[in-house]
Amino acid sequence: MGKPTTLTSTPVLALDGVGKSYNGISVLRGISFEIAPGEIHGLLGENGAGKSTLLKILGGAITADAGAVLFDGVPTRLSSPRDSIAHGVSLISQELALVPQRTVLENVFLGGWANAAGFATPAADRRRFDELCGEVGFDLDPHALVASLPLGKAQQVEILKALARGSRVLCLDEPTAALAEAETEQLLEVLRTLAARGTTIVIVSHFLEEVLGIADRITVLRDGAQIATEDASAHTSDSLVRLMVGREVTALSRTPAPLADSAPVVLKAEGLTNDRILDVSLEVRRGEILGLAGLVGSGRSETLRALFGADRITAGRVSVSGVPVRRATIRRMIDRGLALVPESRKDEGLVLRRTTAENIALPSLGGRQIGGIVRQGAEASAVDRVVAMVDVRGSVRHVPVGALSGGNQQKALFGKWLVTPPEVFLIDEPTRGVDIGAKVNIHNLILDLAAAGTAVIVVSSELEEVMALSHRILVLRAGRVVAEFPSPADREDIMSAAFL
Amino acid sequence: MTTDTATPPRRRRVDFKDFGILGGLLAIVVYLSLSTTTFLTSQNIVNLLDQAVVIGLLAVGATLCIVSGVFDLSSSATLAVSAIAGVFLTTQFGVVVGFILALAVGAILGTITGTMIVITRVNSFIGSLAISIIYRGVAIVLTGGAILSVTSDQLEAFRVWALPVLDGVSGGTILFAVTAVVLGLVLWGTTFGRRVYAVGGNAEAARLSGVRTPLIHISVFAINGVCAAAAGMVLASRAGSAQPSMGIGMELTAIAAVVIGGTSILGGAGAVWRTVVGVIILTVIGNGFNLLRWDTTYQQVVTGVLILVAVAADSWLSRRSRRSRG
Repeated sequence: MGKPTTLTSTPVLALDGVGKSYNGISVLRGISFEIAPGEIHGLLGENGAGKSTLLKILGGAITADAGAVLFDGVPTRLSSPRDSIAHGVSLISQELALVPQRTVLENVFLGGWANAAGFATPAADRRRFDELCGEVGFDLDPHALVASLPLGKAQQVEILKALARGSRVLCLDEPTAALAEAETEQLLEVLRTLAARGTTIVIVSHFLEEVLGIADRITVLRDGAQIATEDASAHTSDSLVRLMVGREVTALSRTPAPLADSAPVVLKAEGLTNDRILDVSLEVRRGEILGLAGLVGSGRSETLRALFGADRITAGRVSVSGVPVRRATIRRMIDRGLALVPESRKDEGLVLRRTTAENIALPSLGGRQIGGIVRQGAEASAVDRVVAMVDVRGSVRHVPVGALSGGNQQKALFGKWLVTPPEVFLIDEPTRGVDIGAKVNIHNLILDLAAAGTAVIVVSSELEEVMALSHRILVLRAGRVVAEFPSPADREDIMSAAFL
Repeated sequence: MTTDTATPPRRRRVDFKDFGILGGLLAIVVYLSLSTTTFLTSQNIVNLLDQAVVIGLLAVGATLCIVSGVFDLSSSATLAVSAIAGVFLTTQFGVVVGFILALAVGAILGTITGTMIVITRVNSFIGSLAISIIYRGVAIVLTGGAILSVTSDQLEAFRVWALPVLDGVSGGTILFAVTAVVLGLVLWGTTFGRRVYAVGGNAEAARLSGVRTPLIHISVFAINGVCAAAAGMVLASRAGSAQPSMGIGMELTAIAAVVIGGTSILGGAGAVWRTVVGVIILTVIGNGFNLLRWDTTYQQVVTGVLILVAVAADSWLSRRSRRSRG
């Protein structure tokens, strides 16, 4: 296998100082590297390092606002997926862009079917399909419906579709994340074949061993900056983790209050299992903050949802203060003193069209009524108390909560559960998409609640956040608890457990 | 701690988009008052209100459904079955018991509709359409396709909803007014009403807040069933009889009235008073066409345009509020 160390031929694709920012916040900057024809290039980094953004720039889904993308040495503006396709770049994301109700054949030539005066000529498509399949060695039934295919096969359809459009560069975002091991092997083999035929491949993956096994060269990103572009053969999983993590650690102003040895266990879960998590057991004590770390899709959020009764469990049990909960439903869990701040405040957390006051009042409505009629005075004072506690700025009663800033929305989301402080607070992504000021406020709020005796489980894609807030950290991978670290834990150890 | 943070001055600006629809009604009323001599007579007003009753009852019920995020296209079929049952039960048990039992039949039919939609998880629009066809079929089976009348000695009492009872105002008008006020208060000031708004605005957020969303949906269908039954009894009261094809298509006029009033078809926003205004606008436009001797064919064109304007304004406003989110 010829692994080009330095580029001998003209690069098919080159990036020169590519950057992107949103509202003045830079998510990607100064990215410069070149990729040779037939090279497999691995793109690595933590959650939020900028890998997907970079891939989307190549695919034309978003437009870079700094630097240049060069094809065959010519600077090119990619402002839509059409532009990228015209230059021979195809982006294959995790959500496949196929029409599930139509056949494999129709999908491969989606939108570009052979035709005579507008009438489809499927025989011509079929000939071309057989050619393509022969070249790359796929075994696909052209008349099968895409919906009936296993994911691995559907991915092959997506790859064929890219080749049918004459793509020279394939960008794959986490292609193996949802694949079984055999399918993964098969896909990697296909990618090697394609590369040997001269197709250039850019692959983003969380699985380091996999990338090391297939890539010629790798680029590591951290916080939107390019840390290294080097030969894959020079690296091991450990050295990659070191590059991805870096050494800087941003300390938060406060640390969690020390936990009394006598603090009783409030929430205990044994062997929780459903289609997303497997045999998850954990316990949290009064005043303790337990952090759940892991990659996206590792089962962190699903664990919280299962604990809260929002997702069914097929096995396992939950007890609150030593009393097992039979047939956990959301209402039963709320009655036992649980509360959940969900991952997405827009989709799961807030009723954006209603006011902040109404949103805050919603979970505790039943406690302030006479014969079903809301006691407006009691509600107003409860809302005012909570608003002061979480410090929501802006009109609480006359404006939909959706009109407030992200930080204020997030505080309102916390406020919903603070009318009567919960026994157990499950918090999924406490500070996603909020500014730094609101972030500090929210962190302090969580620390104060724990100090006052609430048991907290916090999930975050930001490892710093989990490390700064938690007394103890559990690491999840593929739906299982794989490691436990007392705080302060070593960042690299946690990353290794999550990745390897 | 941040307890002493100064709350920003709370300016209660009158938001004109909230009351634009009232301005629209006012403009029509002023125009008709000036251009006709007959519009502002008490007889005309009394007639006008009476004409608004049946659509009004259906529309008030539909408001709760739409605010909670569902449509009920079965309401006019529920109206027919309940009225037929009501007339039959009136002949058996008398006027008062017959009316109460008709409402109960409406509640039961609404509960069935709601339960079916919640259990099968089909889109409420299609689900209630299918159920409306079933109910119409049931109505024909019950009557054998015939008209069902009350006995002649019951007729005077039975026509209470059609006849003037208070200063010329019909019983039906009073029934509508009471229903609107009660349901308006339910939506505005009860825990149930709050949950209806929450479920319609974001069902998943409501569920994760401990709201039993299926129960809320079944309840609004049941309430809508009662409203439909009341509307059916008003219609039956006018004719002294009930028959399987009564009220066909009225559910769509009712939804139009809800939308014209400014209740969002996306769910989660709206109010009963808006629907009352919407119903009155529709009725006044019809009345105006008559009084001005305009060709009533154009009335449909005007109504259609109004609906489009109302829906476009709603989607424009919701898009704008989404953009302004920081």
